[in-house]
Amino acid sequence: MSYKFHQFQVVGRGLPTESDEHPKIYRMKLWATNEVRAKSKFWYFLRKLKKVKKSNGQMLAINEIFEKNPTTIKNYGIWLRYQSRTGYHNMYKEYRDTTLNGGIEQMYTEMASRHRVRHHCIQVIKTATIPAKLCKRESTKQFHNSKIKFPLVFKKVRLPTRKLKTTYKASRPNLFV
Amino acid sequence: MPFKRYVEIGRIALVNYGKDYGKLVVIVDVIDQNRALVDAPDMVRGQMNFKRLTLTDIKIDIKRVPNKKTLIAALEAADVKNKWESSSWGRKLIVQKKRASLNDFDRFKIMLAKIKKAGVVRQELAKLKKETTA
Repeated sequence: MSYKFHQFQVVGRGLPTESDEHPKIYRMKLWATNEVRAKSKFWYFLRKLKKVKKSNGQMLAINEIFEKNPTTIKNYGIWLRYQSRTGYHNMYKEYRDTTLNGGIEQMYTEMASRHRVRHHCIQVIKTATIPAKLCKRESTKQFHNSKIKFPLVFKKVRLPTRKLKTTYKASRPNLFV
Repeated sequence: MPFKRYVEIGRIALVNYGKDYGKLVVIVDVIDQNRALVDAPDMVRGQMNFKRLTLTDIKIDIKRVPNKKTLIAALEAADVKNKWESSSWGRKLIVQKKRASLNDFDRFKIMLAKIKKAGVVRQELAKLKKETTA
């Protein structure tokens, strides 16, 4: 599964000066499509928090963070701040996915579709893996059922490879499951 | 027409698209409305969209997300492989696979066998025709 948004750990600090020999080191966990963007986002956020810029700072480390258990399903809670046409708002969203990157990607696509918010107008404040008891949204809670059972109501007839695709078929398809 | 095949934990499904095409997998958990966590003895447990799966009639008895050993034991206990290969769907797939893997000599042998079978059928038909006219 290739994800568009990767999670990076970016570590940086201001450059050492005569007055401050050992400036404090700051670490951020970000989502970006690639390392270059992650570094840029790091400086963007750090500028807003501390008096430091890329020109008088140094990047110490940037590592990609991978999912530890991509074979288990987790409920992710994501706190975000986004810019709408009229101002900034905070939001809390829940997603069920196997990896945090997958949950974040779901979040970006959902924000784009439901609220027309492009990805550069979204800032992820916090993410957490939520145990099932503490989930708030009905749409994630409905899957917290160990005896879950539902039929697949509509079967889309699809060829196993796109090479076998034809425009005209001899008979109408059977859509019942 | 009520539904007979449900997405549930333990349902065996056939993969009908993608890299694992043709494999039988077990639905081990449901992620959300469109995706299931799916497992098979020879693959890493992963997620799959329901659009890539066709449900079968076979269901095994497992708890939510069993570990690989328990899963394989449950598959053995329910005798999924034999049930699948003796079902008409499973048999059709085996025949399709065999037909696709024939070489020219096999096709020649099949041609001879078909001619022989047709000859025997026609003989019987001629016998029956003779009896009805006579």
